[in-house]
Amino acid sequence: MAGPRYPRFDTLTLHAGQRPDPTTGARAVPIFQTTSYVFKDTDQAAAIFNGERPGHVYSRISNPTNAVLEERIAALEGGVGAIATASGQAAMHLAITTLMGAGSHIVSSRSLYGGSHNLLCYTLPRFGIETTFVDPRVPAAFRDALRPNTRLIFAETLGNPGLDVLDIPAIADIAHDAGVPLLIDSTFTTPYLCKPFEHGADLLFHSATKFLGGHGVAIGGLLVDSGHFDWLGSDKFPTLTEPYAGFHNLVFAEEFGPAAFIARARKEGVRDFGACMSPTTAFHILQGIETLPLRMQRHIDNTRKLVAHLHTHPAVDSVIYPELAGHPDHELTKRLLPKGVGAVFSFIIKGGRAAGRKFIEGLQIFSHLANVGDAKSLVIHPASTTHHRMDADALRAAGISEGMVRLSVGLEDPDDLMEDLDRGLHASQK
Amino acid sequence: MKLKVNNKTVYVYTGTKDLIPEQDTIVFVHGAGLDHTVWLLQSRYFAHHGWNVVALDLPGHGHSHGPALSPIETMADWVVQLMDGLGIEQAAVVGHSMGSLVALETGARHPQRVKRLALLGTSIPLAVSEPLLNAARNNDHAAFDMITLWGHGHAAQLGGHPVPGMWMIGNTVRLLEHSPPGVLYADLTACNQYQTGLVSARQLHCPVLLVLASQDRMTPIAIAEELIHSIGDVHTVILDDCGHMMLAEQPNQVLDALKTFLFGGQN
Repeated sequence: MAGPRYPRFDTLTLHAGQRPDPTTGARAVPIFQTTSYVFKDTDQAAAIFNGERPGHVYSRISNPTNAVLEERIAALEGGVGAIATASGQAAMHLAITTLMGAGSHIVSSRSLYGGSHNLLCYTLPRFGIETTFVDPRVPAAFRDALRPNTRLIFAETLGNPGLDVLDIPAIADIAHDAGVPLLIDSTFTTPYLCKPFEHGADLLFHSATKFLGGHGVAIGGLLVDSGHFDWLGSDKFPTLTEPYAGFHNLVFAEEFGPAAFIARARKEGVRDFGACMSPTTAFHILQGIETLPLRMQRHIDNTRKLVAHLHTHPAVDSVIYPELAGHPDHELTKRLLPKGVGAVFSFIIKGGRAAGRKFIEGLQIFSHLANVGDAKSLVIHPASTTHHRMDADALRAAGISEGMVRLSVGLEDPDDLMEDLDRGLHASQK
Repeated sequence: MKLKVNNKTVYVYTGTKDLIPEQDTIVFVHGAGLDHTVWLLQSRYFAHHGWNVVALDLPGHGHSHGPALSPIETMADWVVQLMDGLGIEQAAVVGHSMGSLVALETGARHPQRVKRLALLGTSIPLAVSEPLLNAARNNDHAAFDMITLWGHGHAAQLGGHPVPGMWMIGNTVRLLEHSPPGVLYADLTACNQYQTGLVSARQLHCPVLLVLASQDRMTPIAIAEELIHSIGDVHTVILDDCGHMMLAEQPNQVLDALKTFLFGGQN
């Protein structure tokens, strides 16, 4: 292309959404630790409330620190806008409740983070929203599960914990043929490894607690709107295409065009459900994003070394990592995730659950806890912790075995990590 | 609301208000490849402050059926046909970029129908570079990228959208992507071929506001100078640290300029 170019990814991680503070000249993003904002006069107050002028009213709805984070993730993902939420779960809930109400239906991958599975399987049915779970490796299964009242297809870029790689373009085509959007949980990959919007997804969210924040210090979520979906081209989304009595009969799709979804999510969902992010949390996550490219590359480099080490280890039955030739999604991985498949993977230890317990207790550097995406290396046994609510059939369907151990590889020296794994594996086989 | 003009469906945004005959009317005309949503904040303000607002989608844009019109003079005549269809005898016409040419030509061709004119991000000529025209002719995404990059000021390239949480670069690209194939090329060609703007400017009798931006690379202030000197009753506002996409980059400043001009310093 002739002429100037867009700022590149690494530059956006540092600058997108922020201009040096006009009052103080502060270069870093200030933490606006305030609940509310003084209006210049009554006219300005009325204009901001009525959406005639931009501005902040109350930090549940928007906050200047959060706004930088929101704009930054929208820029990195190639979207039109974003909303920072109290957690990844809050972001997912916000997406669903913006699109639908009682009587609606979701088609979802069955390989999900345990919390997402809970929300869809147990909690939302109480509010009249049902979900059909399907095998993410069978795109036709998504199509077969569609109903007239389906309003959303949902899946993770990388299934948890089996690392099923989602064929996003194929699933997006199925969603769009049905006139519904595709929502992606992109937590494990971050925009450094995969930008789902470039593959056809319409909406995405992150648990920013994980790799985006990157240091295990703050809980947060981010919901991002691609602006691609044609809401007015369907009669399935009255929240976006019909007058909203809660805001002077505003019709979001007519008034906001490509930003209709994210505008409704803020003007209704964040306002009414209130699952907002604290500005201090936004600051922590922004600090993480500033080094995202450097950290993600190191995460991947370390992971590849550990995968190779475990792959040939005599105490290991198998390693589940899509870059390995035997993984069922190996070819898809090359197409969708050429820079890497992230730093979370699972392996099956010889000796089942008992060996898994000895392994975890034998580790000294890996921390045994329920999280991923920390700068520090982490380990957990999914069957007894994150996915303990699933029965044996559901566990099997999600690809979780009794001997499966999940690692989240951190930024430590890889040789120290390998020695730690050897220590645990040695203990496991006694 | 939707209505028929020349037997084709046309969409106009009215701020979710009915048009009231006793109220003054503002017609907002968007730029090339865009639609009424670029006026989101400004149109909503006036709709809720005693004005009839008609933020139109030109044929082939937004929710109005095509094909796109050309040349600029035809678009100007169509604006008056739309006003006829809405029962609006006279209006203030506010245009941005290509829309400013349409507004200018509407004022020149139909002086009895135009009470005031506001021309935002404007220049005569409004020349379009060959690389941009070629990309638009080929429906190449590079055309959207060029407009987005050249259209925003230096700081806006990295964001800082006044509307919390919105990424204005992404929003501009997406809006352009929503335009049907061929529409942007038709618009840019119309801009490029519009050669009589200075003659039309000299024919204007109504008050005219020009809102220009210091970092505008699409319609630079230097090119607009001759236009300024061609209009009799002209008021000029320069926005500092702002690019061509002033409606998103500095919505408050644009609104304030329009308020001062349209309310005559009142309210």
